[in-house]
Amino acid sequence: MHVPDGFLDAPTSVATGAVAAVGIAIALRGARRELDDRTAPLAGLVATFVFATQMINFPVGAGTSGHLLGGALAAVLVGPYTGLLCLSVVFVVQCLLFADGGITALGTNILLMGIVTVVVGWALFKITQAVLPKRVSMVAPAAAIGALLSVPVASLAFVGLYAVGGSVDISLGALATAMVGVHTLIGIGEALITFLAVGSIAAVRPDLVYGARPVLAQRTLVLKGAAR
Amino acid sequence: MGSPHGHKLHFHGHSWLHRLPAHVKLVALVVFMLTVVATPRGWFPVFGIYLLVLAALVAVSHVPPTYLAKRMVVEVPFVVFALVLPFVATGPRTDVLGISLSEHGLLGAWGLLVKGTLGVLASLLLAATTEPRALLAGLERLHVPSLLVQIMGFMIRYLDVVTDELWRMHIARQSRGFSARDPRQWPVLAKSVGVLFIRSYERGERVHLAMLSRGYDGGVSR
Repeated sequence: MHVPDGFLDAPTSVATGAVAAVGIAIALRGARRELDDRTAPLAGLVATFVFATQMINFPVGAGTSGHLLGGALAAVLVGPYTGLLCLSVVFVVQCLLFADGGITALGTNILLMGIVTVVVGWALFKITQAVLPKRVSMVAPAAAIGALLSVPVASLAFVGLYAVGGSVDISLGALATAMVGVHTLIGIGEALITFLAVGSIAAVRPDLVYGARPVLAQRTLVLKGAAR
Repeated sequence: MGSPHGHKLHFHGHSWLHRLPAHVKLVALVVFMLTVVATPRGWFPVFGIYLLVLAALVAVSHVPPTYLAKRMVVEVPFVVFALVLPFVATGPRTDVLGISLSEHGLLGAWGLLVKGTLGVLASLLLAATTEPRALLAGLERLHVPSLLVQIMGFMIRYLDVVTDELWRMHIARQSRGFSARDPRQWPVLAKSVGVLFIRSYERGERVHLAMLSRGYDGGVSR
């Protein structure tokens, strides 16, 4: 859910806006280094993919459904820099063309659902990948761990921002419990979908999965019967 | 495919507000909303003035109010949150119709509702009166990095192409007797996500090659 206008006070909104701008600047540089002149079309299409993916409803049962946030998924698929860049662009377009998420809360939304989920998702993915065996089949579980924790951490970051610039005095303990509780459940869904989606891509096109590249690089091509 | 055309929220028109340069509207929106957010929520008459300003702009824009009202559903989730606030917020309590509610919560809910609603209305008005192409040009004039504007341009340009692709996949699933009811169907949906990624990424590569063959060198092309 996008943070609307007026949820956090003006100074906090401006500060998160500045943090988001710095984050986007870093992501732009990193993405350019990785993609070179392919940056604009590829990041554009991946951003479109993230936007479209958020429209797919995953039924939970009893008539309710949720959708993917995609922070950890994007980070594992296209790398943390390009991933963050794509998510940020999605939030800007959603805000300006679809009135989804307030314009003064744009920085907050990019910070929470972009920077936090991508950084946490990617960091946990790398840590898990270091522990697990170096196989392509281990990329999806590592991505799932990243997705699982990225969502509750983002909700905790929201509680932190609310403590600084919240507009209504709710008991912070209660807010933290409710937010983290709900988002742990959402995180489980996010982890499952990320696991299934990354797994399906790694099965057919592992070369497209950024997080699988170190594993693929270690593979050696063995031609049986070729040595004669 | 071609150039970006009017998006779903755009309302075609030739009013003064439609013709105003996009960068002016963008700056006005940010300044207006920062002012709204910074206004103490106890200043009730001031919010009336803000609403009058927006209402006047809507009138000038010739966008039917019903058109905007229908699209205000995006604010439903946080309306629910605002309605819960009076019950959970701390501080002195007051009785409304025999129910004990928090005074801070009531004031806070009012603040959230009025500021959020003004924000959605103002953003909708921008989206309704500005074409995507003009919006991108406006962002460029405001010195948003050109690469970022290019990425947004590609996203907007291919939005309908990719969502149509998603819709065709949906129809293909339905025609094979698939219906998503609970998490048991997630593997199929997640595979659709996977396929959509591969198709989008490959489309990006094809677009890049097409651009190269037309002399693209990483610079702005418009």
